[in-house]
Amino acid sequence: MINLNILEISYLIASLTFIIGLKMLSHPDTARKGNLWAAAGMGLAILTTLTLYQDFDSAKGLNYVLIFVGLLVGTVIGTIMAKKVQMTAMPQMVSFFNGMGGACAALIAIIEFQHHQHSQITGFDGELLVMLLGLLIGSVSFSGSMIAYGKLEGKIKDKVLPMNQVINMVLLAAIIGLIGYQMFAGSDPVLFFILLGIALVYGVLFVMPIGGADMPVVISLLNSFTGMAAAFGGFLYDNKAMLTGGILVGSAGTILTILMCKAMNRSLTNVLLGAFGAGAAGS
Amino acid sequence: MEQLLNYIGANMEMVYFLILAILLGVEVISNVPAILHTPLMSGANAIHGVVVVGAIIVMLQASPENYLALTVGFLAVVVGMLNVIGGFVVTDRMLEMFKKKPKKS
Repeated sequence: MINLNILEISYLIASLTFIIGLKMLSHPDTARKGNLWAAAGMGLAILTTLTLYQDFDSAKGLNYVLIFVGLLVGTVIGTIMAKKVQMTAMPQMVSFFNGMGGACAALIAIIEFQHHQHSQITGFDGELLVMLLGLLIGSVSFSGSMIAYGKLEGKIKDKVLPMNQVINMVLLAAIIGLIGYQMFAGSDPVLFFILLGIALVYGVLFVMPIGGADMPVVISLLNSFTGMAAAFGGFLYDNKAMLTGGILVGSAGTILTILMCKAMNRSLTNVLLGAFGAGAAGS
Repeated sequence: MEQLLNYIGANMEMVYFLILAILLGVEVISNVPAILHTPLMSGANAIHGVVVVGAIIVMLQASPENYLALTVGFLAVVVGMLNVIGGFVVTDRMLEMFKKKPKKS
């Protein structure tokens, strides 16, 4: 019990460092320190989760080995990639890491869905909704960020499908339908994975028509998406550090996206649909 | 509808938390100068890497015989950690570059 209290307090401290870190990041003089504060809070949250989190049938040796190997692999690859990248290639690197976060949220939703299958819940199933939304937003953010990354790297060309916006609308309607149906009729593994597939395609088609120069705005938007996906993960586990971190980034990221549009003297709709309009006019 | 309202009622504390955190996020960055847009985006990117905590919890809950969950969970830990480490290091490198320039914003 003492351990669990310490864990909760460490999440509180981590949440505070995220808030302070973001605040400091928005002033030129303190920005670098703010980043370090947030990083320290993150380190604390990871460390205490590893050592203090307890489950009823607690994990065995193999689980811990896999966690440590996973953390190590992520740390090593992440450090190398981030250190080697050219200064001019920073935005696509951010996009890449953002996509990784989205993938992480989607993977969590997939595993939790497998567990959820065994539970029988009648009535409004908030847990299922949170899972579906986490899966949806996480995977849209993942595929969208990968496209944004590829575009800025010059590996993917700007391409506008005929009727791209119409297709997007249809996909969006399908997504809402799939989630709505499962909310009424209960969870269904087949529909769950169809939702995953459609979400991935939607992410691709969402970013595809947007011009290269507008990419930073889109990356910022996807960034706030991943924040929301992380927050949904926080809801699942009632984890305050994930909740604060996710919601903060979700809302701050949205505002930042709007600020970035304003700095370019444009509106968000204009950025998101602008390239499409130009393509339609050209065809 | 009633069930939905019951659900919200039962989680009222969470609803407050959600709304206050959203407002806080808006407030905290509202005065950011344009020059810091990209580093701030990158810093926020690193912060949502906190999702790795969820991946660790998934792994701690998985039974050692459930190889599917272990594999997917392992992947989640790797990509989540990539997000955290990559995010913070990239942000630090960006801000390091800023230092050498005279500050105008």
